[in-house]
Amino acid sequence: MTEQASGATAARTARSAPGRFEVAPVLGVLAREWALYRRSWGPTTFAAIVEPVIFLLAFGFGLGSIVGAIGGYDYIEFIATGIVAMSVLFTSMFPGLIDTYVRRVFQHTYEGMLAAPVDVRELVTAEAFWIALKAGVYGCAPLGVAMLFGLPPAPTMLFVPFIAFITGFGFALLGIWMSAVVPSIKTMDYIISGVITPLFLIAGTFFPLDNLPPLVQTFAAVNPLYHTVELVRDAAFGMDPLADLGHVAVILVFIVVAWCLAVFQMRRRLID
Amino acid sequence: MTSSPPGPPAGSAAPAISLRGVVKRYGALTAVDGLDLDVPAGIVLGLLGPNGAGKSTTMRMLTAQSRADSGEISILGHAVPRASKRARALMGVVQQHDNLDEELTVRENLAVFAHLYRVPRAERPAAVERGLRMAQLTDRADTRTDKLSGGMRRRLLIARGLVHDPRVVLLDEPTVGLDPQIRQQLWGLINELRGGGATVLMSTHYIEEAERLSDEVALMAKGRIVARGAPADLIAEHAGKSVEEFLPSGAEEMAAMEAAVHAGGLPTRRTGSTLSVLRAEELPESVRADLGQGNRRASNLEDVFVTLTGERVE
Repeated sequence: MTEQASGATAARTARSAPGRFEVAPVLGVLAREWALYRRSWGPTTFAAIVEPVIFLLAFGFGLGSIVGAIGGYDYIEFIATGIVAMSVLFTSMFPGLIDTYVRRVFQHTYEGMLAAPVDVRELVTAEAFWIALKAGVYGCAPLGVAMLFGLPPAPTMLFVPFIAFITGFGFALLGIWMSAVVPSIKTMDYIISGVITPLFLIAGTFFPLDNLPPLVQTFAAVNPLYHTVELVRDAAFGMDPLADLGHVAVILVFIVVAWCLAVFQMRRRLID
Repeated sequence: MTSSPPGPPAGSAAPAISLRGVVKRYGALTAVDGLDLDVPAGIVLGLLGPNGAGKSTTMRMLTAQSRADSGEISILGHAVPRASKRARALMGVVQQHDNLDEELTVRENLAVFAHLYRVPRAERPAAVERGLRMAQLTDRADTRTDKLSGGMRRRLLIARGLVHDPRVVLLDEPTVGLDPQIRQQLWGLINELRGGGATVLMSTHYIEEAERLSDEVALMAKGRIVARGAPADLIAEHAGKSVEEFLPSGAEEMAAMEAAVHAGGLPTRRTGSTLSVLRAEELPESVRADLGQGNRRASNLEDVFVTLTGERVE
């Protein structure tokens, strides 16, 4: 870089307050993700699409042939919308938890990035944002497949990528937080079985929650994924604006809380 | 004990890196214990000390990845950690860990960091090309990093930290764990930084590395700087021109020889069963007559280090 460029960088950096959250580092981290994604999109895309499709086929046609209708929907319709939410949870929480852990502990990637003009807030935001983008795109796959099997398309389904994005952002942050809480990679089993499994089952994904005990219903109400499921179903079968704004609000609150937790805990791990 | 007083000599420009009374504790362990260190602009300063001396903690504090319990740090006039991001935009850091992105090509690894270091978009291709030349990997630009040899990876790691032509460069143990041939290559690369106008702070526990690459060396032990100066000056001051090594036949003879040398006013050091007499050129003839003939060799920084700290470095 020339003297001039060095000066330009300095001037740009000096304009902002020293501790301010900046967009430039977020874009830098995203650029790295994009470069990595260009190498790994094959398996990532395969897993993100094929898994929900298998679920869809297995439950939709396997169980659907016995169940018929559920909660007022054809079971294939019910399950397809549930699987969108499941797919978003899996494509955001697992990378948030596992990739972040591996990069921090084994690859020392973040140590390198934090030596550049990037802070922990920007790093966490960028990592979660990238995961959310992927979740936003991949989350639509089950819906597309369900359409091939007779799910009637609706214009409001165009909300689904957005719903998948905000949900993915929240769960990516939750995963990042937990990756920085677990003391070792082995203890992630507690998170996977103890947190992720109940999150995705007690959300109205595969069965309606109406007739379940109050305790389960309370759990569902605070489970962000339940609100995602409701939003996706409304996008597919008819919006209920007031209720849906409520669901979005819950997910946004979840994002704020998860962001604070993730930044706090990652800072504790990365900065001594 | 310091060879030169802390702080820049009167009349010189502000130091590029300045640490004042910096303390860092981890529980009961004090890793850095009231460190004062100034690195004047444009020099290569070697921070030399054994493992555990506090070198890496010091390096981490300069990038704000470790927060000092007390003291003041500033880099190019930016207070750290408060304005650390500004400092980091002007600073290139090469850490001990090889954290290259293995799936990416050589070029992509450089491009990612050119972006992270905020090289303006239009100038990134030129910065990457410069990085490739520096790492001598122009013909491997599109090779995946996991296909590179250990030496190539290290060169890329160093070039990655320099891709934005930083004014201050931190090298944390740049050749640790590498075989001698690769080390030689990297020394060539680091040597090219001299005269480029950048200020380099390099931590190392290899005496030879510090001696060959540094304009000045700061000897660090137990979290403090114990001596500071040009390698030749430090050696002249603390170990003289030459060292003579004797092999006493046992503990008694060792003690007797030591006593004789000390009576002559010269320092000694023990290495296993060897007794080394520092400033051997000043050894009085009367003492020499008692000692017999030893092995004479040139004094080096290790002699200085051991004399001042009682600890050994490689």
